[in-house]
Amino acid sequence: MTTTQPVRPAIADLPSDPLVVIEAGKTWNVINVLDIWRHRELLYFLIWRDLKIRYKQAVFGIAWVVLQPLALTATFTIFLGKLARVPSTGAPYALFVLSALVIWGFFSGALMTSSSSLTSNAHLLTKVYFPRVIIPLAAIGARLLDFLISFVILVVLVGFYRVPVTRTVLLLPLPIIAALLLLAGCGLLLSAINVKYRDVGVAIPVLIQLWMFLSPVIYPANLVPPQWRTLYALNPLVGIIESFRACILGQAWNPTELAISFGISLVLVLISIFVFRRMEVGFADNV
Amino acid sequence: MKPIITLDNVGKQYKIRSAGATYETFRDVLTEWTIGRLRRQRQRKLSHETFWALSQVNLHVTPGEVLGIIGRNGAGKSTLLKLISRITEPTTGRIELYGRVGSLLEVGTGFHPELTGRENVYLSGAILGMTRTEINRKFDEIVSFSEIERFIDVPVKWYSSGMYVRLAFSVAAHVEPEILILDEVLSVGDASFQMKCFNKLEAIRKDGRTILFVSHNMQSVLRLCKRVIYLSEGTVVADGQPSEVASQYVTSRLRSSAEQTWDDIDNAPGDEVARLRAVRVRAEDGTITDVIDVRQPVTVEMEYQILAGGDSLAPNMHFFNEDGVYLFVTGDRSTQRKEIGWYTSTVRVPGNFLAEGTISVNVALSSPLAIRINEPNVVTFQVIDTLEGDSARGDYTGPMPGVIRPLLNWNTTFTPANAKPVCALEDVTV
Repeated sequence: MTTTQPVRPAIADLPSDPLVVIEAGKTWNVINVLDIWRHRELLYFLIWRDLKIRYKQAVFGIAWVVLQPLALTATFTIFLGKLARVPSTGAPYALFVLSALVIWGFFSGALMTSSSSLTSNAHLLTKVYFPRVIIPLAAIGARLLDFLISFVILVVLVGFYRVPVTRTVLLLPLPIIAALLLLAGCGLLLSAINVKYRDVGVAIPVLIQLWMFLSPVIYPANLVPPQWRTLYALNPLVGIIESFRACILGQAWNPTELAISFGISLVLVLISIFVFRRMEVGFADNV
Repeated sequence: MKPIITLDNVGKQYKIRSAGATYETFRDVLTEWTIGRLRRQRQRKLSHETFWALSQVNLHVTPGEVLGIIGRNGAGKSTLLKLISRITEPTTGRIELYGRVGSLLEVGTGFHPELTGRENVYLSGAILGMTRTEINRKFDEIVSFSEIERFIDVPVKWYSSGMYVRLAFSVAAHVEPEILILDEVLSVGDASFQMKCFNKLEAIRKDGRTILFVSHNMQSVLRLCKRVIYLSEGTVVADGQPSEVASQYVTSRLRSSAEQTWDDIDNAPGDEVARLRAVRVRAEDGTITDVIDVRQPVTVEMEYQILAGGDSLAPNMHFFNEDGVYLFVTGDRSTQRKEIGWYTSTVRVPGNFLAEGTISVNVALSSPLAIRINEPNVVTFQVIDTLEGDSARGDYTGPMPGVIRPLLNWNTTFTPANAKPVCALEDVTV
């Protein structure tokens, strides 16, 4: 016979209201911000894990982050800047293209990893609870280090070309914040859809490629005829890349376009939160 | 007492995906939608079949309770744990939790092979719900519990599976939620580590935490739990005292792995001389069952057909435990010439002989010259101890090593302190 020990409750008084209520069909509640805040350390640890693993082979890891934008810059400068003579708003083409590649590289890289983040962390989704949004957000966060490294290269190049630093540099956080918002929106949306429809994952690299050509990365936005310019600016990356580059090069830029980017990104974030919450219910069953 | 977990009419429905189509594709949805628009009559081509993994579950668990959940594969045990752990959401009903939940549905959740043991302690700890300060505080304790101090800074991909499991369990055992959910995690590691895990859970239980516990291993359920629910086809069919629920479970498990028959002689094991037609495990009262009380005898029966007479063939059986340890072989010693026809041979293994665990049986028919039938793993059965105090365990409820469990008679004599001691005699009966 099992001996009966006196059981002393760990929690002398249970809370009068339940800590958690799980009710069927309540998929309309928005993402619980408090819950995410409680799990903020997990966000930190997941970013830390991604970085640790990616930079484990330290030499190759960092070299890749440094070489990729440099190689692209060199290629674009030779073929587009020198041979095709693509205009570069008065700045050296190399600087012109690298300043866009820094933010574009961050955006596309983070979009790639975050959109596949839920499926690649399937083993966590099926075994333990935490707010699921943390996974795509951590994937984006882990790319910030890459961004920082390539930004340092950009600063070196700015120094090399002796481009005068103006006060516009102080506005740099604006396009970066817009990019983060846009990333959060796209990342949440695509990662959630990717769990349910696996063929979306295959299409994402192609779409990213297309997006690059639809954005002013290798050419200036003013190459687009004025009557198309407003339509063009509906691509939120137009405002982001143009203003980021202008801040670096100390040039004037169009605040309306960045405002459009902010607006679209915010709407996208709201939609993605809604969709994510709706689809979150099925993650553990579908992944 | 006020419950810490309440489930009110909880159900979970799953879609059954047709074989082959593992995932829905966006393309399918698009084409389906387009076709639907073109031909109004075809609504949803890919209508899914559904089934209820769990339905109408009502459950109240009070703080400090250790609840065992038993049932066959697919009965809904894991679904229930996943719902309470918030991994998946219910289709119907309402769940209320009055405490933090820590779930341990596998060993090594969040472990990454490239990271070192130290790094994985932090990562896995955070994933299981610990804060960084909590992990810092318990780090030394976790490492010493796992007994891998020397290798803590080595990537876990170089660990042996035993080391991996020890570290992983050790992290999980140090998460201190009010509600702890465990799925089959006690079946890891070697015997001494299992003992350690078991003691740790006992400590958690004595601390007044609530534990929900799923296991296929009836011994650990019976040993650890004060209350057991039995799930079958998604509903709770029994709820109460462990030994009572276990015996209900036992009677319902008649004829599962306890019987094998071969109706088609061409597919039956054997050769042109003899063919095996059936093997059955029977309890004392003759019912076919795969769960045997440790105190009760078990009879294994083999039915075979001799197609060509004349050989002296002896039926024999080989018993193994779940670790693959060869327990013993037994054969019919009265070897006689076998004529053409049907035979049934049975062997009775006495009660209080086999240890708790899963026993599998190989059956064979052979002569010194030839093996006619040799079929491994034909039937399996579980030997369980319902802890009523009159088995070899007595009042002891912890893990008991050894491949057999004889009930032996003990005799202890007492001599007052200053007198000369007399040797105690041991009297053995099996």
